[in-house]
Amino acid sequence: MWSIISVLVENKPGVLFKITHLFRSRNYNIDSISVGITENPEFSRMTITTAAEEKQLTQILKQLDKLIDTVEVKLLDEKKSIYRELVLMKIRINKPSDIKEITDLANAFKCDVHDVRKSSIIIEITSTPDRINAFEELVKGYGILEISRTGICALERGHDQ
Amino acid sequence: MEKMSGARSLMVALEKEGVDIVFGLPGGANLPIYDELYKSNIRHILVRHEQSASHMADGYGRVSRRPGVCFATSGPGATNIVTGIATAQADSAPMIAVTGQVPSKMIGKDAFQESDIIGITNPIVKYAFQPMSPTEIPEVVKKAFYISATGRPGPVLIDIPKDVQQNEAEIPFPTEVKVRGYHPWIDPDITKIERAIDMLLSAERPIILAGGGVIISSAFAELQSLAELLMIPVVTTFKGKGSFPENHILSLGPIGMHGHAEANKMMTEADCVLACGSRFSDRSVGTFEEFEKNLKIIHMDVDPAEIGKNQTTHVAVIGDVRTSLRIMVKMLIQRAIKRTDTPWNKRVNETKEYFRQNLKLHPHPLGAAKLLRKLREVLPAESIVTTEVGQHQMWASLFFDVIQPGTFFSSTGLGTMGWGFPAAIGAKAAKPQVPVVDIAGEGSFNMTENSLATSVLDNLPVIVFVMNNFSLGMVAQWQRTFYDRRMIGVDLKNCPDYVKIAEAYGAQGIRAETLDDVGKAVQTALKSDIATVIDIPIDPQEDVLPFVAPGTSLKDMILPS
Repeated sequence: MWSIISVLVENKPGVLFKITHLFRSRNYNIDSISVGITENPEFSRMTITTAAEEKQLTQILKQLDKLIDTVEVKLLDEKKSIYRELVLMKIRINKPSDIKEITDLANAFKCDVHDVRKSSIIIEITSTPDRINAFEELVKGYGILEISRTGICALERGHDQ
Repeated sequence: MEKMSGARSLMVALEKEGVDIVFGLPGGANLPIYDELYKSNIRHILVRHEQSASHMADGYGRVSRRPGVCFATSGPGATNIVTGIATAQADSAPMIAVTGQVPSKMIGKDAFQESDIIGITNPIVKYAFQPMSPTEIPEVVKKAFYISATGRPGPVLIDIPKDVQQNEAEIPFPTEVKVRGYHPWIDPDITKIERAIDMLLSAERPIILAGGGVIISSAFAELQSLAELLMIPVVTTFKGKGSFPENHILSLGPIGMHGHAEANKMMTEADCVLACGSRFSDRSVGTFEEFEKNLKIIHMDVDPAEIGKNQTTHVAVIGDVRTSLRIMVKMLIQRAIKRTDTPWNKRVNETKEYFRQNLKLHPHPLGAAKLLRKLREVLPAESIVTTEVGQHQMWASLFFDVIQPGTFFSSTGLGTMGWGFPAAIGAKAAKPQVPVVDIAGEGSFNMTENSLATSVLDNLPVIVFVMNNFSLGMVAQWQRTFYDRRMIGVDLKNCPDYVKIAEAYGAQGIRAETLDDVGKAVQTALKSDIATVIDIPIDPQEDVLPFVAPGTSLKDMILPS
C-alpha cells in the first residue's frame, strides 16, 4: 500500500538523519522523501512516501510520533490532499523532428521545456506520480538519458467551516 | 546573571537537578568539566573502564528511579559507553551520559580522539544534545533530566565540545523547560479501563502479565490489589520479575524462554491476558502468532508505539501503568467487585503444585537451585540483587524468589555481559544501607571485574556471587543442544583464580565448595564492609531447564528429563 506521510519537524541539524535512521533501523522502506522549511522558520515539513502494509504503517506513524523532534505526524488521504512531484527528464533527440514532437507532448502535459539542443532536450514536469509515469511512458521511445525527481511533496486540502 | 564557564554551569545545573554522585573517567576533552567537578560537592566515582561508568549510572538510575549520571571523554571514552547506553535504552533505564567532545572548530576534521558520538548513539538514545554555546548548557541539562526520567525512561546524551566547556558567558538557568513534540503524560482513557475490566470479568481463564513497566512506575501495591480483588494469577516477564512477590499464592513467576514451567503452562492455557508495562519480547512470548492464538490481549503501556508492535491488542490502555492500575482498582471497589476462587484458580494451583513437586532438579550437590535457594535463605528480603548475563541469570530467574518488589535488576533486553557487577555498585551508591548482591557467572564477571578497584576504593561494597562453571555456560548449553556437542570458544579453563583476583584488588575472596560453605560465605560477606567475591565451583554440565527453544512457542517448552 502506497502512503503519503506528512511530518512537521523541528528545523534543526540532524533531524533528517534521525528520521531516515529510524526507517533504516526498524527495517521500513522510504520510497521518497522531500524536506523544506515552512511558514514558521522553526519547523520543516517532510513528506515521506512509503510502501507498507497496514500494521507496519501504523508502527511507522507511531515510531515517527515518538521521536522528540517530530511535532506533528499525519497520514494523508490522497483524496483530501494535493500532492505533486517535480521531475526533470533529459530526453534524446534522434532527428530534428523529435524536438517538435516532444515539445507538443510536453505542452499537452503542461510541462516546461528547457535546454533544447541538437542531441537532447530537458523537460520539467510537475504532476502526480500517475501523470508523470504516463508522460515517461510516452517519451520512452526517444530514449531517456537522465532523470532527477524531487520526491512527493504534499499538503492537506483546506476545509471551510 | 552570573558570568561563568560552560563547565561550571554544567556542575551547577547538575546540582540543581539533585545530582550528588557521578561515575566516570577523565580525559583530554572533558578536563574542564573535571576541574569544575573538583570544586563542586558532587561525589566522583572513578571507574577503570568507561563501560562500567555507564552501567553504574544505569544501576543507580534503576534503583533510585532518578537518572544516574556518567562522564566520559571524547573519542574512545565516548565509544566505550555505547554498550551502556544501549543497555539502558533496551531496558528503559533513566541515565544521563555527559561526554567531552573536541573543540567545536575541530569537529569534522578527524581530530585526535574525535568521534561522532551523536551519530553513533542516535538509534540507542532517547535523545541527544550537543550544546554549541555555554549559555545553552543549563537548559540542555534540565531538558535532559526531564526527557530521561519521564514517560518511558531512557538514556540521554549530552556531548559538549571542549571550547563550550571553557568559554565564559552570562548563563541563564531556566526553572522550567518545554520540549515541543514530547508528551510523556497521557491520561489513561477511562472507557478503555472499563472495557478492560469487562473483558477480564467475562474471561474464564484470565492472567496478568506484569512487565518492567510495573517496576519502573512502582505499581506494586496497585498490581497486588488488582490481582487479589479478582483472584487473577500473575506471571511476569523476566524484566518484570519481582514486580509481584514471588512467594504470593497468586504468583507463578516469569514466563519465557527460561520461564517457570507453571508460568509458561498457565500462560498458554489463559484466554485473556492483562499485560502491564510489557513489550511482548520474543524471549518472553516465543513466536508471536502462536502466543496470541485464542487469547484476548489487554495492553497497558506508557508508550503508544508498543501497542500492536508485536501483538494484536484487543483493548489498549495508554498511560502510566500505576495510574491506570489505580483507576482500575478504584472502579472495582466502587462497583463492589470481588472474585473468589474459580475453577481456573484451582487448575492454576494444581499445576503449580505439580511442577513444584515433580520438576527434576540437577542432582549435583552445588546445583543451581540449591545454591540460589540457599542465597535467598541467607539474604535479607530488602537486599538488592543484580545479575550478569548467561546461565546463572536464567537460574536466578527460575530459583531465586524475589520477595520484596523492585529489588531485582538485570540486563534483560540487550543481555549485556559484564552489566551486573558495575550495576550493583551503582545500586549500592543509590541505597548504601541495603546489601547488594550480583548473581554472576565467571565469564560475565570477567568482563568488568576491574570495577573491584572502584568497589574497594570508593567504599561501595557489594557481594559477587560467582557461579563458576569454568565456561561460557549458556553458549555451551546451546552447543550441546543445537550444535551436536561441537564445543568451541566456551572453555574458560578455570582462569583466572577469582579468589586471588579479589585479593589483588584488596577485596575479600572466598571459595565455597559446599552448600554449607556458601551460606557461611554470604553471611561473612554481609557482615564485612568490603567487596566480597564468592567463587563457587559448579557443575559445567548443568543446563538451564525448562527451555523454550528460540523460534518456538511456549507450548513447546522442554522440561528436564
